[in-house]
Amino acid sequence: MAATQSNAQFFSQLKRYYTFYTGGFIAFVIFVAILEQMGVPNKVLGYMFLGATILLYAGIGIMSKTADVSEYYVAGRRVPALFNGMATGADWMSAASFIGMAGTLYLSGYDGLAFVLGWTGGYCLVALLLAPYLRKFGQFTIPDFLGARYGGNIPRSIGVFAAILCSFTYVIAQIYGVGLITSRFTGLEFSVGVFVGLGGILVCSFLGGMRAVTWTQVAQYIILIVAYMIPVVWLSVKHTGNPVPQVAYGYVLEKVTAREKVLNDPTTPDGAREAEVRAIFKQRQEASEAKLAALAAGGDAYLAEEKAKLAKDAADLKAKPEADPKAVAAADKALADFPADAAAAKAAWKKAADGAKAKTAPIASHAEPFAGKDDAARDKKRKNFLALVLCLMVGTAALPHILMRYYTTPSVSEARKSVFWSLFFIFLLYFTAPALAVLAKFDIYTLLVGSSFSELPSWVSAWASVDKTLMSITDINKDGIVQLAEITIGGDLIVLATPEIAGLPYVITGLVAAGGLAAALSTADGLLLTIANALSHDVYYKMIDPHAPTTRRLAISKGLLLVVALLAAYVTSLKPGDILFLVGAAFSLAASAFFPALALGVFWKRANKMGAILGMVGGLGTCMYYMYITYPFFGVNAPLWWDINPISAGIFGMPVGFAGVIIGSLLTAAPSKEIQELVDHVRYPNLEGNA
Amino acid sequence: MQLTEKHKQYWQKNLRLTGTLLAIWFVVTFVIGWFARDLQSIKILGFPFSFYMGAQGSLIIYVLIIWYYARAMGKLDREYDVHEGDE
Repeated sequence: MAATQSNAQFFSQLKRYYTFYTGGFIAFVIFVAILEQMGVPNKVLGYMFLGATILLYAGIGIMSKTADVSEYYVAGRRVPALFNGMATGADWMSAASFIGMAGTLYLSGYDGLAFVLGWTGGYCLVALLLAPYLRKFGQFTIPDFLGARYGGNIPRSIGVFAAILCSFTYVIAQIYGVGLITSRFTGLEFSVGVFVGLGGILVCSFLGGMRAVTWTQVAQYIILIVAYMIPVVWLSVKHTGNPVPQVAYGYVLEKVTAREKVLNDPTTPDGAREAEVRAIFKQRQEASEAKLAALAAGGDAYLAEEKAKLAKDAADLKAKPEADPKAVAAADKALADFPADAAAAKAAWKKAADGAKAKTAPIASHAEPFAGKDDAARDKKRKNFLALVLCLMVGTAALPHILMRYYTTPSVSEARKSVFWSLFFIFLLYFTAPALAVLAKFDIYTLLVGSSFSELPSWVSAWASVDKTLMSITDINKDGIVQLAEITIGGDLIVLATPEIAGLPYVITGLVAAGGLAAALSTADGLLLTIANALSHDVYYKMIDPHAPTTRRLAISKGLLLVVALLAAYVTSLKPGDILFLVGAAFSLAASAFFPALALGVFWKRANKMGAILGMVGGLGTCMYYMYITYPFFGVNAPLWWDINPISAGIFGMPVGFAGVIIGSLLTAAPSKEIQELVDHVRYPNLEGNA
Repeated sequence: MQLTEKHKQYWQKNLRLTGTLLAIWFVVTFVIGWFARDLQSIKILGFPFSFYMGAQGSLIIYVLIIWYYARAMGKLDREYDVHEGDE
């Protein structure tokens, strides 16, 4: 009874703290808004937001510092379901969810919903197949479970390797997000921004481990959800008069669809202008392709000839008595930019051809699933959509930094409720993202398209000057009016620029940046902690020195955290590849490596050590092999299997993983009686009966 | 310890509930996803049905699945006397 009493007290105390905190945060936002009205420059406001939130997280980190093993690894196992749900939400929603998701939906319409479905539906698997059982098992890490369930150090070691591999892949994407936001809103260099952001991550996890991370993540969730909602609600009121965007945007979607039809129809004035721009892009594409063909036929000789032509043009221009300085400069630039060798020329012209080609297609309908030119193309899209959904879902139920969170609740039934709260809090953001994408699209299709180049809204030029890949707009057909095909928008722009698109004061932009930072920091915290714990707890304590004293275990864990964080920041500052691919890859890897062994470990008593080893190695190996041979970064470029994109490599890893566990187990002896009893222990919340 | 008949029954019921909920999860996600193109002509609240399911409907069903599971299992724990003490 005493425990019940203190749990209830703890819960009401937490509620009081966080209510007070939320009030304080809103007061802070209002204070900054007043400063803005008094004329404080935007840059100072940006610094205030980022500085205040990082200090806040550091403060919570310092207040929660601990030297107790159970507090450090699992926050003392007394985090109530509701708060664990919020912490999991923040842990879960990364820079990719906060900044990237609405942008992906804006760009790919229905097909982007794979991320929305995958990243929420996976929680059904967590709730039904894993969370309550892992909580009953009640150790510290996921490799712990593999080690105990399958016996011996081999399954544990494979688990450690896979946990580090997928967490590290994922954490790079997060630190990248941190660097992006810090550098954009403070004007620091990207690589400096990475390390500043890293400071914010470390103060928190370094001192207090899981305990500090948990309470900071709750605080971060509150900031990120407030920051996400305000601009969307505002846009929704502006366009529909309804403050609930999730309900209202259905009608906006109808208008967007109608507008798409007009723009795609060359018999309307707007559609005719779009067609004109597309025709110009078609010519550019054909010109680049002709050059590519000539290069393939003529080789270096053709290249030299072309270069000589350009040099002659430039010389002719200069020789003229009344030379136009602009034309001369352009000719010189064309000559200087001319590719140095055949390989560079091929790459540059291919890029130009592809870039122009992307602009020649008619506007894809936002609401239409798997749009394509024929049945084969549509079928391929559908296959990849469903494969990606499955990989993301199963990956969700296998990422160690998420599963680990369910070790921190006080009981099995709290763990079950906690998955519900997790998904509920995640759902709030994920069912808003599609609304944001549609509302932003409506704004751009109706207000920006058809407006005059002389009166572009200020946010367009502001973002175009930050980064051309995020926003660029050129008058291709020189009619002085904006056509949709003349606008290039990067996905990341949508969330970051929504406050400006909606005409909100700068304070909201600062708030959104703080929200994005909270999303990236909280996920990075959870991931770094997972990696450091796998090394310190599973490798050092369980395998190297089982008699190590507590203080040394924690010291090693903290030291490793620092090393891993620095290493991750270093890798990030090299800017490796595509964020979305990195994130997707982490899910496919986790799904292939962990899910079969974890799920069968609970639901199939006969699964044994040999099965686990075969399943994990086979699944992970297949997944890594497929990525290696098909992802362009590695340069092999083998043909795809059944047209499945490398991001969904898990679709091959998972069945191999399941087959491996089943075949390996059936070929060798059943697990020992102790292990079978462990499975029973895990399956029942309480086998000892209630006296 | 040795499991009693009652314990085995509890596990069977749990498996049945888990299986049913997973079947709903599967239909909502993959069956509707597979037929997305055929379902888009149906409209709700202005949305084509398949878009609505992908953006909102399925998500709401996922939340309900987990809510129902937590509630039903809590009841089952008590009915079969395998619940935890400190609640």
